[in-house]
Amino acid sequence: MTGQGMTGQGHAGQGVIGRAVHRVDGPLKVTGRATYAYEHGAEDRPLYGYIVGATIGRGRLTRIDTANAERAPGVRLVMTHHNAPEQGPRDTSVPIEYWRAQPMLTGPEIHHYGEPVALVVAAAFEQARAAAGLVEVAYEERPGRYDFAALRDDTYVPKVVNAGLPTDTAVGDFDAGFRSAAVTVDRLYTTPYEFSMPMEPHACTAVPQGADLTVHVSAQIVDAALASVAATLRLDPARIHVVAPYVGGGFGSKLGIHAETILAALAARMVRRPVKVALTRQQIFQLVGLRPTSSQRVRLGADRDGRLVALAHDVTMHTNPDMEYAEQTAATTRSLYAAPHRLTSHRLTPLDLPRGEDVRSPGDAPGLLAVESAMDELADALDMDPVELRIRNEPTVDPERGVPYSDRHLVECLREGARRFGWERRPTRPASVRDGQWLVGYGTAAAIRGHFQMPTTVRVRLAADGTATVQSDMTDIGTGTYTILTQVAADGLGLPTDRVRVELGRSEFPTSMGSGGSWGAANSSTAVHRACHALRKRLLAAVREDTRSALCGLPWEKAVFADGRVRIGEASEALSDLVARHFPDGVQTTGETLAMTDDPHYSAYSIHTYGAHFAEVGVDADTAEIRLRRMLGVFSVGRVLNAKTARSQLIGGMIWGVGAALQEEGVVDVRTGAFATRDLAHYLVPVHADIPAVDAVVLDGYDDKANALGAKGIGELGICGAGAAVANAVFNATGVRVRDFPLTLEKVLPGLPPPEE
Amino acid sequence: MRAFTYERATDARAAVAAVSEPGAKFISGGTNLLDLMKLDIEQPSHLVDISRLPLRNIEDLRDGGLRIGAQAANSDVAADARVRTRYPVLSQALLSGASGQLRNKASTGGNLMQRTRCPYFYDTAAACNKRRPGAGCAAIGGFNRIHAILGAGDSCIATHPSDMAVAMTALGARITLLDTDQSVRHVDIADFYRLPGDTPHRETVLRPGEMITDVVLPPPPPGRQLYRKVRDRASYEFALVSVASVLSVKQDTVRAARVAFGGVAAKPWRSVEAEAALIGRPATMATYRDAARAALRNAIGRGHNDFKIELAERTLCRTLAHLAAAS
Amino acid sequence: MSDSVMRTAGRSPDERAGRLSEIELSVNGRVRRLAVDPRTTLLDALRERLGLTGTKKGCDHGQCGACTVLVDGRRINSCLTLAVMHEGDEVVTIEGLGAPDDLHPMQRAFVERDGFQCGYCTPGQICSAVGMLSEVAAGWPSHATAAADAVAQRIALTDEEIRERLSGNICRCAAYPHIVAAVRSVAEGDAG
Repeated sequence: MTGQGMTGQGHAGQGVIGRAVHRVDGPLKVTGRATYAYEHGAEDRPLYGYIVGATIGRGRLTRIDTANAERAPGVRLVMTHHNAPEQGPRDTSVPIEYWRAQPMLTGPEIHHYGEPVALVVAAAFEQARAAAGLVEVAYEERPGRYDFAALRDDTYVPKVVNAGLPTDTAVGDFDAGFRSAAVTVDRLYTTPYEFSMPMEPHACTAVPQGADLTVHVSAQIVDAALASVAATLRLDPARIHVVAPYVGGGFGSKLGIHAETILAALAARMVRRPVKVALTRQQIFQLVGLRPTSSQRVRLGADRDGRLVALAHDVTMHTNPDMEYAEQTAATTRSLYAAPHRLTSHRLTPLDLPRGEDVRSPGDAPGLLAVESAMDELADALDMDPVELRIRNEPTVDPERGVPYSDRHLVECLREGARRFGWERRPTRPASVRDGQWLVGYGTAAAIRGHFQMPTTVRVRLAADGTATVQSDMTDIGTGTYTILTQVAADGLGLPTDRVRVELGRSEFPTSMGSGGSWGAANSSTAVHRACHALRKRLLAAVREDTRSALCGLPWEKAVFADGRVRIGEASEALSDLVARHFPDGVQTTGETLAMTDDPHYSAYSIHTYGAHFAEVGVDADTAEIRLRRMLGVFSVGRVLNAKTARSQLIGGMIWGVGAALQEEGVVDVRTGAFATRDLAHYLVPVHADIPAVDAVVLDGYDDKANALGAKGIGELGICGAGAAVANAVFNATGVRVRDFPLTLEKVLPGLPPPEE
Repeated sequence: MRAFTYERATDARAAVAAVSEPGAKFISGGTNLLDLMKLDIEQPSHLVDISRLPLRNIEDLRDGGLRIGAQAANSDVAADARVRTRYPVLSQALLSGASGQLRNKASTGGNLMQRTRCPYFYDTAAACNKRRPGAGCAAIGGFNRIHAILGAGDSCIATHPSDMAVAMTALGARITLLDTDQSVRHVDIADFYRLPGDTPHRETVLRPGEMITDVVLPPPPPGRQLYRKVRDRASYEFALVSVASVLSVKQDTVRAARVAFGGVAAKPWRSVEAEAALIGRPATMATYRDAARAALRNAIGRGHNDFKIELAERTLCRTLAHLAAAS
Repeated sequence: MSDSVMRTAGRSPDERAGRLSEIELSVNGRVRRLAVDPRTTLLDALRERLGLTGTKKGCDHGQCGACTVLVDGRRINSCLTLAVMHEGDEVVTIEGLGAPDDLHPMQRAFVERDGFQCGYCTPGQICSAVGMLSEVAAGWPSHATAAADAVAQRIALTDEEIRERLSGNICRCAAYPHIVAAVRSVAEGDAG
């Protein structure tokens, strides 16, 4: 791997990479012409499926009577465990959950509230929904484990945590170090169940065509959807065609497919008609995985100058007993600050609830809420500027792995953010600044997020007319993939962006690792970059001895591809002429990105992205309503591929952090295992009015250890630490420290002085 | 959603006649009824669409009051110049509720008739005495952060979700009802809603088939008006607690006062206790605190909603102080 | 007299229920005749019957705004209204505002300001923004309108006003700052 492009397309140039190009899929999206998973198959008059969910949290079905539902108008099929086809078992030897079979309606056992017990398929949506209410179910309920607070000490140790990271780590002698520290913080933080809640409900249109099955699905990883459908339905993957050109948000919840896809696919094959199934918004709360609730003990010990001597982050979270999921909540704590004595651990409490799944920035989002709140508590205990405290604990090498950082600019983020935000104006004493009804406070927090690289293949094809087509099963879930790959291919082939077409989201295209883990952009753009490199080599090899070309015999290593032409010195030729002459049917090649385990840089370096958040909040002096007043994030993410889409994603992540700090909370009724917050009126996410000026600034950068483009992931970094900055600002505004997220007003209210005149 | 028949009524008398069929219900804006029908919480067999009845007008009354047609959209009422100048508390309350889209559809009558957002009422698998009398109340002992602190019993602790009705309660509105026998009666909004008692499924004094035709606002009470809504989000959320108040202060003394709370009970909660504690007393925070304590004296928390008692007190204090300062 | 078009006399409610109703409505300037189940929402009629899938179903309960369309010029949630209730109404959906090669100014502003990411809430945001600007032009106040301006005829369209007035449209990608910028640019363009 080299850190440079070749033939003049190096990263430092004024190329199209990085430019704030408008989204190429924008005109389709803003006119409603981009079609999502449920919006296909109209020409074949699809049938409509509606899921019936269990109304107990644990136990078994004793009776399911479908007679009335089957007789209802328009009903074509009622599928239950009695008539559901045999399906492949969930195979835990498949390394990643999302590629495994997801069998549905397999038997009478109920594992969590809302688990599907039937699918009703009818000619119209209204008929299916009405008939679903006619399915009669009787249960034998068994006591379930639903109460995390009561059961959180009843834990076990997982073998590894998410992303294959170690469960526990220890460096030095934490206990001795902590005992010796002049100033200590030892606090317990709790974070709630959270849901991704993309705006597009999880949906599938399954279209059978003979032995083939086309699956229009809302999925982040096409290959995982394909593998999962094939394994569940026991079909040859070659007969399955997964289509996901537009995905209405995922945030982790569409890494894998769920009941909607499996049930639609099963039903479509049974009735030999297209079948559409979408989860209702209420069902999403029970049928799609959630971010585990957590309890996190953070211990920090420092000397009087604020240098950490001991740091421990011990996490307990819930898991489903059958489908283990352990967020890597303490993982980035291992790389964030220097301290000679360190501990991290993860423990799991099995509960009879839906399984945990990745929710935007798994681990880091809840973990940094705790750690970056604790750092603020330490700064307060030391009477030190929280920015300065963080700068003092900047490590020189990764403190647990002992390897150098590839490209770490946390201190620059903190300094630049403090400067731009006007951090020097912050109230140094909590609860000291008032603006009318508002108590005003500032808060800061650091952001860190691991960068991952996954195997990805793309195909780039140049047609004889000089246009390029990029194909990959990669997805664009709002991240900007269509646009950045257009830019990278335009750069790599020296073409205007309007001569590049990017086609995504079909299983017939080369396999990627999709969108997730913030790896999509770097994986796929690196692969496109490599494919373009290979294409350039083939073209130059062809032209070298082509006497019809003006470039014949010229030093090909000096060739520059730009503006649709190939130039060597003064001589040049149109790319289209060159392709048409040598490759009249076009020319294509593939480009690959390796798995990080096969890339020596990922073991030799600690590769992360970084940032610093600054938030100003107002807390109503009478009601404790908390409102964000402004927020800034400064980020270091290596090279930016599109300044516009990158900034949008980072701002979106920051706003997720605001929601996590102040609003988002899934509440389980511990008597039944049902979520009491199961719609968007009760599970609150930020609305326009909650979000004033929020800005993100990205430092110029290039991480030559990450990949040939120097680019790293940004989809999750924005949320990391953002909520802690808000919570720290609430402390600064009120003097009230809340350690139980989210910071709803009743947790702040008791700490406020009585109303004044 | 169960199957139903649909008809569109073109005059009010025909509408009440049509709704006399068993299982029939009026539909107006539909923004709550359809929400509930999709979840099988409401299961009408026949819908009588009254949205096109000529009941959309807002008319001045000779006594200085205002008559608001039951089909007037929430957004039209909120934007009406007479409402904004003479009944600002009503405009403010409407504008603090729901969203622009919902206000464009939701009608005045429908807003009065909307049902609680208790999550257990919305979950047909949960015990709920409103949905199934005698089934029990899952909110008691469950997640009850948004629930009632006043006027509730052991059968139900749901709150009424309307903002508009809270302002109308402070303004002493009267509701005009047309019965199936074509008779007309007028009910004070304070008497329109029932407290749960042992029959939480009976939420209003409406007789079967009776239709709201309009709401009459008496001439504005003396003083300044304010609606203050407290919620987690800055918009598009039901109130945790709200206060509608009208306060007249002269020479630093409270001459007249109206106080109504939202988000605390099964009905908009007019507090005559708070009003009595205000009138004739000096316009000071000490007076407001006394009034707030009087208003919440009988409040009972259920666990998650304990905070509402203090929140309601503090919100009233600030609202009164704000009104006094503006006087 | 009540309109009896939808009724079928002489049958029990059970028999009548679920029968199709003939309706006629104008969608994006075209008169469309449809036989719909009375249970069909305007949203499902648009998406499933008329193939106008630009209007999105995000929650189906008026809690997200993705289904926002303009009916007789007013923005409403099409998920919480029945198609049969819109006999004779003029419906404008995102498809009626503009096409990819002929964008409405609001659509263009969303592209230029990057007022979206996944695109799923976007048609609703745009229809809502268009309806909202008409409301502002009509002098309608909002929760954000300063008390002093409460009866002013002209609303100063501050960012705070835009945010409050668009709060019925949730964007989980949280493109909020850029949506506000897009709407502001259109509003200012109109003013100039």
